[in-house]
Formats: sequence, structure tokens, C-alpha cells
Amino acid sequence: MLSKKAIFMNQQEKADGPGLSVSKTRTATIDGNEACADVAFRINEICSIFPITPATSMAELADQWAGEGRTNVWGTIPDVVEMQSELGAAGTLHGGLQAGSLVTSFTSSQGLLLMIPNMFKVAGELLPCVIHVASRALSTNALTIFGDHQDVMAVRQTGFAMMASANVQEAHDFALITQAASLESRIPFLHFFDGFRTSHEIAKVTMLDDGHLRAMLDEELIFAHRARAMSPDRPNMRGTVQNPDVFFQTREAANPYFDRCPGIVQRTMDRFAELTGRRYNAYEYSGHPAAERVIVLMGSGAEAARETAEFLAEQGEKVGVVQVRLYRPFDVGAFIDAFPKTTKAVAVLDRTKEPGSLGEPLYLDVVAAFAERRSAASRPSIIGGRFGIGGKEFHPGMVRAIFDELRKPDPKNHFTIGIHDDQGDTHLDFDAHFAVEPDSTHAAIFYGLGADGTVGANKNTIKIIGDDPEFFVQAYFLYDSKKSGSQTVSHLRFGPTPIRSTYLIRSAKFIGCHVFGFLNKMDVLARAAHRATLLLNCQYGPEEVWSHLPRHVQEKMISKRITLYVIDATRVAKETGMRSHTNTVLQTCYFAISGLMPREQAIAKIKHSIQATYGKKGQEVVRRNFDAVDKTLANLHRVVVPEKLDELSSTPPVAWMNLEGAPDFIKNVTARIIAGEGEALPTSALPVDGGFPSGSAQWEKRNVADTVPVWNAKDCIQCGNCSYVCPHSCIRTRLVHDSLLDDAPAGFESIAIDAKGFPETRYTLQIYMEDCTGCGLCVDACPVRTKEKASVRAINMVEKDGLEIDNRRHLAFFETLPVNDRSFVDFGTVRGVQFLEPTFEFSGACAGCGETPYLKLASQLFGDRMIVANASGCSSVYGGSLPTTPWSVNHEGRGPAWATSLFEDNAEFGLGMRLSADRQMQLAHQLLSKLRLDLGEDLVDELIHSPQRLESDIRRQRDRVAALKAKLTTLKGKKAIEARRLLSVADSLVRRSVWIIGGDGWAYDIGSAGVDHVLASGRDVNLMVLDNEVYANTGGQSSKATPLGAVAKFASAGKRSGKKDLALQAIAYGNVYVARIAMGANPQQTLTAVREAEAYPGPSLIIAYSHCIAHGIDMEHGMEQQRLAVHSGYWPLIRYNPELAEVGDNPFILDSARPSVSLNAFCENELRYRALRYTQPEEAARLLEKAQQQVTRHWALYERMAQ
Amino acid sequence: MNLSTRYLGLDLKHPIVASSSPQSRTLDGIRRLADSGAAAITLFSLFEEQIRAEQETIDFLIGRTTYSHAESLSYFPPAAEYSVGPGEYLELIYQATQAVEVPIIGSLNGITEHGWIDYAKDMVDAGARALELNIFFLPVDITTTSQEVEEQYVRVVETVSSAVSVPITVKLSPYFSSTGHMAQRLVAAGAQGLVLFNRFYQPDFDVEARVVQSRLDLSQPSEIRLPLLWISVLFDRLQCSLAATTGVHSSLEVVKYLMAGADAVMTTSSLLKHGEGHIATLLTDLQEWMSSHGFESVEQMKGSMSLKNCAEPEAFVRSNYLKVLQSYSGHR
Repeated sequence: MLSKKAIFMNQQEKADGPGLSVSKTRTATIDGNEACADVAFRINEICSIFPITPATSMAELADQWAGEGRTNVWGTIPDVVEMQSELGAAGTLHGGLQAGSLVTSFTSSQGLLLMIPNMFKVAGELLPCVIHVASRALSTNALTIFGDHQDVMAVRQTGFAMMASANVQEAHDFALITQAASLESRIPFLHFFDGFRTSHEIAKVTMLDDGHLRAMLDEELIFAHRARAMSPDRPNMRGTVQNPDVFFQTREAANPYFDRCPGIVQRTMDRFAELTGRRYNAYEYSGHPAAERVIVLMGSGAEAARETAEFLAEQGEKVGVVQVRLYRPFDVGAFIDAFPKTTKAVAVLDRTKEPGSLGEPLYLDVVAAFAERRSAASRPSIIGGRFGIGGKEFHPGMVRAIFDELRKPDPKNHFTIGIHDDQGDTHLDFDAHFAVEPDSTHAAIFYGLGADGTVGANKNTIKIIGDDPEFFVQAYFLYDSKKSGSQTVSHLRFGPTPIRSTYLIRSAKFIGCHVFGFLNKMDVLARAAHRATLLLNCQYGPEEVWSHLPRHVQEKMISKRITLYVIDATRVAKETGMRSHTNTVLQTCYFAISGLMPREQAIAKIKHSIQATYGKKGQEVVRRNFDAVDKTLANLHRVVVPEKLDELSSTPPVAWMNLEGAPDFIKNVTARIIAGEGEALPTSALPVDGGFPSGSAQWEKRNVADTVPVWNAKDCIQCGNCSYVCPHSCIRTRLVHDSLLDDAPAGFESIAIDAKGFPETRYTLQIYMEDCTGCGLCVDACPVRTKEKASVRAINMVEKDGLEIDNRRHLAFFETLPVNDRSFVDFGTVRGVQFLEPTFEFSGACAGCGETPYLKLASQLFGDRMIVANASGCSSVYGGSLPTTPWSVNHEGRGPAWATSLFEDNAEFGLGMRLSADRQMQLAHQLLSKLRLDLGEDLVDELIHSPQRLESDIRRQRDRVAALKAKLTTLKGKKAIEARRLLSVADSLVRRSVWIIGGDGWAYDIGSAGVDHVLASGRDVNLMVLDNEVYANTGGQSSKATPLGAVAKFASAGKRSGKKDLALQAIAYGNVYVARIAMGANPQQTLTAVREAEAYPGPSLIIAYSHCIAHGIDMEHGMEQQRLAVHSGYWPLIRYNPELAEVGDNPFILDSARPSVSLNAFCENELRYRALRYTQPEEAARLLEKAQQQVTRHWALYERMAQ
Repeated sequence: MNLSTRYLGLDLKHPIVASSSPQSRTLDGIRRLADSGAAAITLFSLFEEQIRAEQETIDFLIGRTTYSHAESLSYFPPAAEYSVGPGEYLELIYQATQAVEVPIIGSLNGITEHGWIDYAKDMVDAGARALELNIFFLPVDITTTSQEVEEQYVRVVETVSSAVSVPITVKLSPYFSSTGHMAQRLVAAGAQGLVLFNRFYQPDFDVEARVVQSRLDLSQPSEIRLPLLWISVLFDRLQCSLAATTGVHSSLEVVKYLMAGADAVMTTSSLLKHGEGHIATLLTDLQEWMSSHGFESVEQMKGSMSLKNCAEPEAFVRSNYLKVLQSYSGHR
């Protein structure tokens, strides 16, 4: 990712334009976030940060640079401070500014919303600063991490000036221009660019050096800022409380500053142009000089619009684009002046949505601007439209459709472009194939797996090409929403002219398909140009591959006259010790086939790049990569593609969905999203309020594992451990009566049940192989070692290839077997729990996830009456990301009702659910009392007063509710109205189990205050903290749960403070049930604690140790790490049950034994701890010793409490 | 009384050397060993295989998770992509040579030719006065011939000795068919010393959990017999230094080894058991023993009971076996 190296190594000496004060320029091939952060870091003194996608990497880079000792242009290392939330980051920014420093922050979306109160303050106090925003959609009906302007438009009223960058170069340049303009104008700035499209696009950037920065920032203005700052030596008051007599006037008093601001911005841009040769205008026109039809827009879409307008203008069309760079303060004069006088029709594009408004904000501003400055007769007609919401593509076909619409006498106003709105008919039709890119631009697309290194290799490729002074480059990457077996698509462009195509490649000359199975899953050749080249990684040789291709692929290859190359990169990678990393092999193929440069030169450059990338990881890694490069070309083969199809020589496609019995919505909507056809779904097909059906993951058969577990029935002891720990609910067991197995298909295994009192009953265990991620936790958890061979267990991993067909048949039969009656299951034992239906299955979590087994357990125990409030984070992503979601229903159709609100408010969100459930139960009780005589006194009394703690209690209450409902339907007359009222809340007579779920980022940091308040409320809620001790979802940033000595982002030198003891905090209340659990260490304690917590009639807090990919462990041994965490005393297992205090017992129970191994025995297996040993061994040793002391002290405290 | 001896061309003030052990993992530990009087310190071994495994593991752990998900393109700060190499070890050698006056001997366990050469050179550059080659090769592939195994040892010694200028010594395996001949070959290949013998990890079983356990128990005084035998045999037969290791817990073992012909006597287990200060005890006791038995110098003792100089050379060969059996039955 970085760049210090990229910046310093990727230097090119290139003559600047005439008259410039800096004679040499450097270029670097970097992404938008880095381009922006590189400047922001060097011109600020404090960065107050908090991670949020897609802005996170700006903060990470700042932290990294500070850690490396990089200084700003003032010669000091900026203080980079991670806060508990964006609210905290904004508060720190505000304070830092008031005290006279140069302060910045980086954020996006919901994070920016949290900054709003402070933004009003900062602007109201005329404090100069810049907040850099990778703009992103807001959470409304759903969350999306992708780019649009909803977030920045939500803060346009704060008083911040707003400047939009449209590409990576601008993100770099405007970071400086905004800072300079802010210092001069005293108006704080929001500098934004499109999330992902610009923040994550890699392009070649001409870098600003420190001289540029110093030249643009007038130090006198910084002195003035400091002179205005708070100081006891010249004190004054800030933030007074005012009354109606003066408040209005003070609000108006600052007007001149805002009035001057646009002029300052333009002058700053002009000064910048003199210095660098890069000229910008606050409102930039491009297109035909006598344009009649003009599009107005901001952000990255302006690049595609300008590229298209210029293409059309060259063909004589009178079209143009006004790109708005300075949105606030809006300079009406400069804006109007930017238009050709010939303009007759204007379309204003907003990348935001403001429901119920007259139009979106930019449209309304433009309408007002023309109304203010032009007479009605000289005004162009103006229409507004929405585009690019939530990262929706915006390409030349859409731009041309808008220009075409403007030609119409009565163009559609308030239109949408990019979707099919069959309900409101707002959409414009467009030509998806219209292209404007010059032929000289080379475009290549690569399909890979997250774990195979394709993206990393392409990042290297684009840097290698970017090194060539003749080439402009662009790279953009797509990832799917799953955390295991995820697919990636890399879009690479390069050519001799600047690349302004801010959209996915539509016609690629080269396609790399790095996974053969993708040919079945997606239309890999959909974006292939005529006569394109396809490089296929497959096990088949050049003679045999053709017959293994699916029919549709063969057809497309012939019709598009595709040139095909094959290589068994997987084999070459294995043979050269690269394991599953096919990246180097396939990168070498790309260079060899595409002929970008002579082969020897290409190989030398690849090797140079390998040395630069992997050198720090050690020469062995470099050697292996070199070996892979050297062995590649001998294995690369060109395939002769037949002229026409042969009827017999193709392979039928493999189904990756099993839609048999699926509901219509799944078939008509979900299945199309899975198939990559979501773009084509019209508005009418989709939910209006964000509600999607539960349990859709079961229909998608992702087949991501090469090896899967297979049951060794003969040796199984039926303990249930494998099923218990399976993160993806892929191991299911049932007890079956003998007679039901008569029709079992061949190979369907069962064994006599290992328990008394169940005559003629057999035990069967089935594995959902197509949903399995191959993590191996089940094998690790199996206690069996067979007598004959200690290496064989009762469940063992084997190659999946060839097992699928039988597995499908067995599962089809298994699912016809009756679900075990919950009243016969012993809920109190791990062995019993395996027979309970999970209502959380096949999630997109990482293979071997340490969190999901806890969720699955809760879903087995309480799923049929569970309401879940889920904080943002990993659990909301694997729990709620389309296309398919894991929260599901049992055979009765009941299951967890799941929702997310925000990151910061989850505890409160869940409390609201509790209040609502209680309210409805109270209402039901009232109505029951009213109808007591009509419904029967016994029934009503039992409904109101029966206990509902045990599963058997719940079962009886369900029966009563069913009886109640039946009776209610018989009531007539006046009673019928009461009956309807009662019917509407009757289900809530079964006690709802409210679960508030999230990670440590939520519970320890951003949501800490809410967690505290909800625990203090005394209400019956269950908080489950899936504690993986890091912000895993945003890429492993430190939280207050991160342990002492562990390395994490924002703590790259090892965390210096200890982990917060959240359990003790909660225990301090006295009336909160608290448990600290670790399934891998003590599965029974986990089960007991989860059941006790749920049964406790007040607030409960469960802190669940969740091993995580961000710990740097072999996930197969995650449960073993949990065991070591407990046995070392790092993670003492506890339960604090206030009910015990009520009967005079000690409520604090220490469930784990005294530490039996050193803390080091636990730490040494994890990269997060080892990391520091490589870089700072003595510091690592010091921190480990300190951590051991903490563990020892902590344990002693717990032992005293347990006495 | 003259305790001085010469080992690997180094003049040592006495023959007791701290052998490769966890105590030499830190600078403080090395200082303590020197302060308590160790004549030289052999550092713990640098294992090339461990470095490679570590590099591969990190590459796997980081590579597996990088660029897989749009929100989490990586999980570790770039600083975590550390250089996993011999840096820490070399730094320790350098620091140790600055901190203590006694010679520091580097110990290397390689697995590839470039590994042996590169790391050996690095250690010498860092200040190691000599190198101990901790060659460990367990031929679990039973098609490997004894000749092949021997060739491998010889090749390593040739490779390293031609790459570095400091003396090298080989920590020898006791499992050669002809130990003496092998010793000769190693000396011919460039070894200037031999350490007898290497104690290899031998697995144990946990029969309850049914897993194999790797562990190394501390050596016992009774284990000195095998090295004692071979030092006695090799004394004055080879152009190299001999060092004894294994089972040195008291001055008695030191005396025995010296009388067998060792130039240096190494100890690890006793220091782990009693602490670094035990070197001083060994030394005092050695002096007392020498004094009470009228020995004036270590040189006087060296090899005095070797095969060449002892009163009953036949005791070293077959008759030794017979005698033991006889004495054993006599006890019954």
C-alpha cells in the first residue's frame, strides 16, 4: 500500500512547463486516499482519526508515516490520535484548532454525520482546517460502503466550504489548495472525493514536494491562527451563551468571510497553477465552445462526463460539461460565467437523494443561480437527475443519454440514470455499449480469488507500467461481499493519453480468468472485446481444455474470435512453493502474452518488483517468487480455438445455486443478484423499506472449499463438538428412528445412538459440503483418535472433488427426516445442543471465524423467539450482506428477527426493541384481563402468570397462545374489536429474547456509553460482545479491547495500554449478569453462560473470546488458541450471576483453573504479538513481561473475588 | 595453578565454556555467563529452517488475507511485514562482543547451502570469534545411505570453512557407524574442532492424548560415558581441538573430560539447573580437586586417561562390555 516507497522509488524526471519554480517532478502510482493523505499529513500537526470505509486507509497511512518518523513540512512528526468515534475525532479536531494547531481528520459517511455538531462549531468559530472525506452513501434502507454524495450533502449547511476532487491527481492537489484557502479565508473546508471510485483507484500522480507545500502555505497565516488561539497569556471566552438580543447579529457578522472565500479559492488555484502548471477553476467548463446542451455535476462522474462531451464535441455535437469543484460557498457569478453563452438546456446531476424535496441540492442551487443572475428569457431550461447512488456505474452511454434527453422539447425532469425505475418511470434509457475510450488505451480485466494474490499482482503490474514515462495508468478493483472464498475483479487501463474513464472497463483486450470455476459462475467474456485474449488458469492442457469449457463460453469465444492461452498456474505455484498464490505465475503470463515490453525486460521488471514487494518478508519468499517466474513460460500454452462449435465437445455448466423449493423472491431476485444480474433488476422487484427474506444463504452453493470434512461414523462418539464449533453451521446431526432410514440413499451413514432410553434410534451426521469453507475447526475439535491410527479422527478433511453428487443426495434425504423435538433435547449439554436446528447458517464470514459459532449457538437455543440488534462490523457484514444472508428460520418458519441501526447506537437500538416487546406484552396482558371471561379464566391466568424460563415453559406458552388465537377468532360484536387488538400483540405473550450483538469496536469504543447506559437500565436484554480485540471489519485497527503488546493498525509499535476489563465495569453495577466465555477452552461453560444470561430477567453481558484472522493465526487452530488464552490466565472464564447474591451466595464464579502455561505460550502462536519481536525485540520482551504481570495481578484479583 | 587451555585457536583462561543454551538468548544472560567466569560462550543456535518457516508463515498469514474484502484490504500494519531474518541474532553477537571480553562463538544450524554460507559470513561479520556447526540431519527416509549422510556433513563443513576465515567446530552426532573415521573426514574437510556430542530432540508420547511430544530433558552425569569414550579415543589422533559436552554437573565430570583429552568442557544443563553462577562453583571445585590431587595445570591432565595414555586401553574396547556385565551380575 504505501508509498513512501512508491513515492521515492518511482521517481521520474520530467520537464515541467515553462516558468515554473520547481524544475523536476516526481510521479507515483498510488490511489486517491494515499494521494490525499500524503499532502494532508505533511501540512498538519495533528490528525485525529477513526476508521471508516472507504476513508480508513488515509488514517492508516498517517499513523504509519508517523510511526516511521516521517515529518511534516514544519519539521515535526504529526501527532496521530485514534479516537473512540468520529464524534471524538471531531471534538479533538475542534479543541486542537482552538488551541492553535493545524489539525485534520479523515472520514466518510456515518462518520461525517457524527462530526456534524462540531462542524457547526468549527465553522461558527472560523477555525481554519480541512476534513478529507472519501464520500459514501448513508445508511438508509440499507447500508452500503460505496460512493455517492449523500454524506457530504448532509453537512452542506454546517458552514464548511466544500471542494470536490474528481480524480486521484485532484485529490492530491486539492488537499493542498483547500488548506491554503482555509488558512487565508478562515473558513474550514470539507475536501471530498468519491469513495472507492477515486479513493481506491490507482493512477499515476505528479507529486507535490515539500517545496510546493511551503510555497502555497503562507506562514504568516499560521502565525495569525496561533495568535488567535486559546492562551492563558491572552485569555478570552469562546462559546458563550447568547440571547435573542444579539445571537442573530453574531450569526450574520461573519458573512464577509464567506463572501470572500470563493475569490480566495480561485486565487489559490491560480497560484497553484503558476507553481505546478496544473490549472484548476472552481467551475470548469469543457466541451464544444458553442455548446447548447450542458451537464453540471461534481466528483468523479465529471471525468466520464467530460471525456464523453469532448468526444461528442469533436464529432460536432454542441455539448459540454460544467464541473463544479467549489460547492460551498457557492459562487453564483463564477458559476454562471463558466457556461457558454449559447447554452440552451442544462441537466444538473446530483449523486445524492433527498426524498420529498423539490429536487436534489445541486439542482436547486443551479436553478436558483440562474434565477438570480439571468432573466427568465435568457435562462436555459434546467432539469435535474440522480446518478451513481451507492457506487452505481456512470459511463459514457449514460452521459450521452442525458445529452440526448436535453435535445427533447420536453425533457424528463427529476430523472434517474443507471437504473430501470419501472414504478416511477424516472429513468432514462441508455446504450450500455457506447464507448469513447481511445483505441490507444489498453484495457485488461482479471478475475481472481481474494486469497490467490491477483489484486496484489495487478497493483504491482500497474506500478511497473506506471514507471514508464510514456504511459498513463489506472487500476480499480472490485471485491464481493463475502469474507471467505471471495472473488475479485481487477480493471487495468494504460495508454499514452490521460485516462479519465471513471467507470469499469466495458471492452477489454485482455481477460485473465484465474479460477476455472468462474467460467460457470459468471460471464467472464461479457466485457471481452472482439479478438481479445483470454488467459485461463486451469488443470487442462492445450489439447483437452476445449471440451471442458461450458457451452456458453465456447459460443462466445468463437463469436468474439477470442485467442486462448492456458496455464496450470495452480500446479506451477505449488511446485515452486507458492502454495495457493498463483499471482506471480499469472502476472508473468500477462506480460508475456500482452507483449507490453520485450519478455526479458518484462521478467526483469517483474523480478525487480518482487524484490521490492517481498524483500522485507525475507529472501526465501523472494526466491520462491523468482522460481515461479522462471518456471512459468514453459507451462504457458496457446490453444487452437475451433472455427465452429462441435455438438459433443462441451461440459454442462455446474449449478452454484440450488433453487429447488425456493420462494419466488429468491428465484426472481436473489438468484439474479447471485448470478451477477442485479444491475438489471427494476425498482419494482426490490423491497421499499429494506426488508429482505431470512435464510437466503441456503440457496447459494458457493463451493469455496477444496477440502471438506467427512464423517468417520465407525469411530464417532457423538459428542457434538464438531457441530458445536462449526462457524458455518455445515455439520448437522439428527436422531432418527430406524424405520425412517429404509429409504436412505446408498452411502447414507448412521450409527446406533450412544445413549440409553432410545430404542431403535440411530444417530446421523451430515456435512453441507457445498457450504463448507474448509476451515478444519471441526477436525481440531474432535476428541477421537482412532485406535488403529492416531492421525485419523471421527471427522477428517478430504479432497472434495467428486464427493458433491453423493453429498447432495444424502442431504436431500437428510432434510426429509423429522427435526428432533426440542422437548426431548437436553439443552444443558454440548452433546444435546447438536440436535437443535441452527437458525444462523452458511454465513459469508471468514473460514474458521471465531465469532459465528457463538451466534449459531444462540440461534439454536433461542432462535425461534430471538430479536437481534446488530452493531455495524464484521457481524453485520457476514450477517446481512446481499446477495444472501445467514439468519434463517426453523422448520416451523420461526427464526431470529434481525436488524441493524448504526455502529454507535446498537445497545440503545436493542433496548428499544426490549421496551417495545415489553410494551406489547403489557398491552396483551391488559386485553387478556379485559376478555378474561370470554377467553376462559384458566387460560388467561396461565398466559399471564406462567413462568417462561425453560424451553418446556416456552413450549407450553406457545400452545396457550395458539389456543388463544383460535378463541379470539370466534369472538363477535364489540368483543371482536378487542380480539383484533389482542391478536395483533398475541405473539408477544411468548417472551421475546432480545440480543444486542456486536464487536469490541462497538462495545468498548464507539458504543461504550450506550452499552453502559443500557446495562444500567435494568431491562431484560442480552448483550453479546464478539470480542476479537480489534476492528476487524475495517482491517484490524486497534480498539480498547486490543491487548497490551499486540500489534494492530494504529498501534503498529504494539499496544502500550492494557485491555479494558469490560466485565468488571459491568459487574460494578451489581444487577448485571456478566460472563466471559471462550468456546474453544470450555464449551460447556459457554453453553451454561449463554443460557443463564438469557434466563436472567435483567441485563446480561457476555464477552466472547473470538479468535480472528486479524490475530495472524492459522485459523484451523483457533479453538486451540482460545484454550491457551484461558490456560495462560489471559482470558479467565467467569460468570457473575446477581441471582446468587440474592440467596446469599457469592455471585462471582471463576470457571477456569489457575494459569497452567505462561502468557507467552499463548502469544507466540499469533502474528499480532510476534510482529513486534521482529522489529523491536527488546520492546516486545518488555511488553510481554508487563503483560504477564498484568495477567498475574488480574488473576489474583479474580481469585479474591471468587473466594 | 595454570588452568589455561587452547580451543579452536583461542586462548582460554580455563576450559569451562558455556554451551549453546537459552541463557545466551539475551545480552543480560550473556553478561551473567561472562560475569560468573565462563571462559567462552557459545551462543544458542540460529536455525535457518526456523527462519524459513517463519518467513513462509508470515507470507501465508498476511498473503491469505490481503486484498480479499473491500473494507479490509489488509489486517496488519505494513510494519508487521517485518524482515524475518538473522538480524536479531547478529545484533546479539555484535552486542555481546562489545559487552563481554570472553570469546563469543556463533552456533549455526543450516538447511541449504546458501543458508550455511550466508549466515556463517554474517556471524563472522558481526564479531563471532569462531563458529559451531550444529548439523542436524535425521535420515527418516530409510533409503538414504550412511555414505550420503556422511557426505552431507562433509559438504557442509567444506562449504562453511571455505566461506569464512574463523575457526569452525562441528557439534558431532554420536550416531555414525565409524565415529572416528567420520571425525577424521570432518577435520580433513576443514573443521578445526569437534564437540562431542550433540543431543538431539527425541520425541516422547502422551498416551492419554495420543500425541507426540517434543522435548529435551536436561542431561544427567551418567550420560558422559559416550563422549568420554570417544574423546579418549580421538585424543591426540586428530589435528583439531576437542570439546566435551553433555552431563557436566560437577567438577568431577570436568576432570574426567579433561583426562579423556578435551580441550574445553561445555555445560548447559547444570547452568540451567543451578544458574549461571554455577560456573564459578565448577571452577573452584576443579581447582580444589587439582590442588588436592597435585595437578599443576590443565595441560597436565589433558588426555592423561585417553586411550593412548591410560593404564588399561583394552577397557575401551570389547572387554569393557564384558566387564560391565560381570560387575552388574556381581551386584545382584
